[in-house]
Amino acid sequence: MVERILEVERLSVDIQVPAGTLRAVQGINFHVDRGETLCIVGESGCGKSITALSLMNLLPSSATRTADKLELDGREIQNFDERQMADLRGDRLAMIFQEPMTSLNPAYTIGNQLEEAMLRHRNVSRSEARDRAVFLLEKVGITGARGRLKQYPHQLSGGLRQRVMIAMSLMCGPDLIIADEPTTALDVTIQAQILHLLADLQREFNMSLILITHDLGIVARVADRVAVMYAGEFVETGTADQVFNRPSHPYTQGLLNCIPIPGKTKRGAHLGAIPGIVPSLIGEMHGCHFASRCQFVQDDCLKGKIAFREATKGGHQYRCILSSAESARNLKKANAA
Amino acid sequence: MLQYMLKRLGVAVLVALTVSLITFSMIYLSGDPAIALAGESATEEDISNIRKFYGYDRPIIIQYLDWLWRALQGDFGQSHYLKSSVAGVIFERLPTTMLLGACAISFALILSIPLGVLAAIRPNSLIDRFALTIAVIGQAMPSFWFALTLMLWFGITWRLLPITGSSSWANFVMPAIALGYYVTPGVMRLTRAGMLEVLASDYIRTARAKGLRPMPVLFKHALRNAILPVVSLAAVQFGFMLGGSIVIETIFAINGLGFLAWESIQRADLPVMQAIVLVLSVFYIALTFLSDMLNAFLDPRIRVR
Repeated sequence: MVERILEVERLSVDIQVPAGTLRAVQGINFHVDRGETLCIVGESGCGKSITALSLMNLLPSSATRTADKLELDGREIQNFDERQMADLRGDRLAMIFQEPMTSLNPAYTIGNQLEEAMLRHRNVSRSEARDRAVFLLEKVGITGARGRLKQYPHQLSGGLRQRVMIAMSLMCGPDLIIADEPTTALDVTIQAQILHLLADLQREFNMSLILITHDLGIVARVADRVAVMYAGEFVETGTADQVFNRPSHPYTQGLLNCIPIPGKTKRGAHLGAIPGIVPSLIGEMHGCHFASRCQFVQDDCLKGKIAFREATKGGHQYRCILSSAESARNLKKANAA
Repeated sequence: MLQYMLKRLGVAVLVALTVSLITFSMIYLSGDPAIALAGESATEEDISNIRKFYGYDRPIIIQYLDWLWRALQGDFGQSHYLKSSVAGVIFERLPTTMLLGACAISFALILSIPLGVLAAIRPNSLIDRFALTIAVIGQAMPSFWFALTLMLWFGITWRLLPITGSSSWANFVMPAIALGYYVTPGVMRLTRAGMLEVLASDYIRTARAKGLRPMPVLFKHALRNAILPVVSLAAVQFGFMLGGSIVIETIFAINGLGFLAWESIQRADLPVMQAIVLVLSVFYIALTFLSDMLNAFLDPRIRVR
């Protein structure tokens, strides 16, 4: 029996900016089961990070969140006040950020900052919290953990700091970890280590993970399910296999065309690129958000709201007017080229 | 940490020596001290006698070293005007000035840091506007005028506080407010700016993501980082208050170092002036050193520099 950890229906986030209302997230649906990894993929500015922050209720004050449903462990948390949310954060729900260099407080030792996460939520002594911190630092692959507790963030490299951040998120054994581009700021070699680490820990502690990234290589390696986000909405969702083997939305196809696949992409061959830029999210939008950059655009694309279609059986959906057969043909053509 | 401390200490000593040299030489820029001392009707012979008596005929560098050597031993010579040693006069007045300065800086910090924090938590709110108003008034109002206004209201109209003297604690209330208010705007604006910047930083988001309540986020995580520049400013302002209390001490007739400086300038009492400037400079340097140490304690990154 699968245990549903997070269930989100029609989540929207509006941000007030001087030019008007920026509709950062426009009614997205998703869910995460226990032990599962959901990857939210999309380019910069598509609303991924805002989605993450809205789950934590850490949005800037200029932003408002609405949803039909926002259930964590079967509890509706939409109307939780700041105090109740603070009780959840760091306990049931933890977050890892993109910038390990600036995400730790420079004035306190990492031991202090790790222990604090547990002392806040659990009725434990400082030495118990310290033991937990040492245990987790070792888990995230930091040697000489006990000695490290006395170190300050500036004495650690970016990769080490991100490991500390991961350990910190695990202090209370959360049900769900939201990792917002956790490897973007790191060297490529370190990126792989951190990803493997996250995947291993997730399996070991049977946690759920929402991994937010723009890097499809990462998605292919760790995702159970994928949601492709474009201009504030999901354009394609499905299992990692479905989305990678049979990308159905022109945007997903374009994205996959942009990355080299070892053994498949010929040396010296041109990689794809999606022309144009992401549309402004300020004000009302009509039709398909991707229409301005899509090579298959038709008149119908600009009318009304485009509904999801089923691409293949088993929850693989995409938001496009092209039929499943047409999109498959486009994919074949692109692969041949 | 120890290495950093020794380095700062070395710098402090060098600065103190430089200041002492400048202080000493400045006296000679205002003219021949022997002529000034001899008075208007003195003969050429009187002047040369005075010059010999006080050792003004020796090369300046020798005079400086001699003066410095004695100053290090606490001997600043004799006052030309008062019939006592300079050190005696200064150490009699110093506690009063220190007390006034301490009261003033405490008043300033107690008023400005909470206001700055509140203003930063709710930017553009009513409390922020109120703090801004206080800052603008404080910056625009000359301290002597503010002091006189206080005297007029609290001393004369309502008769709540004594106007002059330094005999009881009540005598220090108005001078401390008048002196302290002047530094409030700077400290408050710096606290506000620092807090605003820190509250927008990634590690504050991390602290909130851990589920910390607003108070620990604010006071443990934010204030400690935001307060660093405030510590430096407060130290400088405290030093400034010790020396800059001349106006306030004169207005309230408080027998402190500032008042003594003013009296000595009027009497052309060179040894006393020299000694006051030197003592205040050394305090200033010591305060800067202490603020460096406090900052290093608050921010571990400073310790390795």
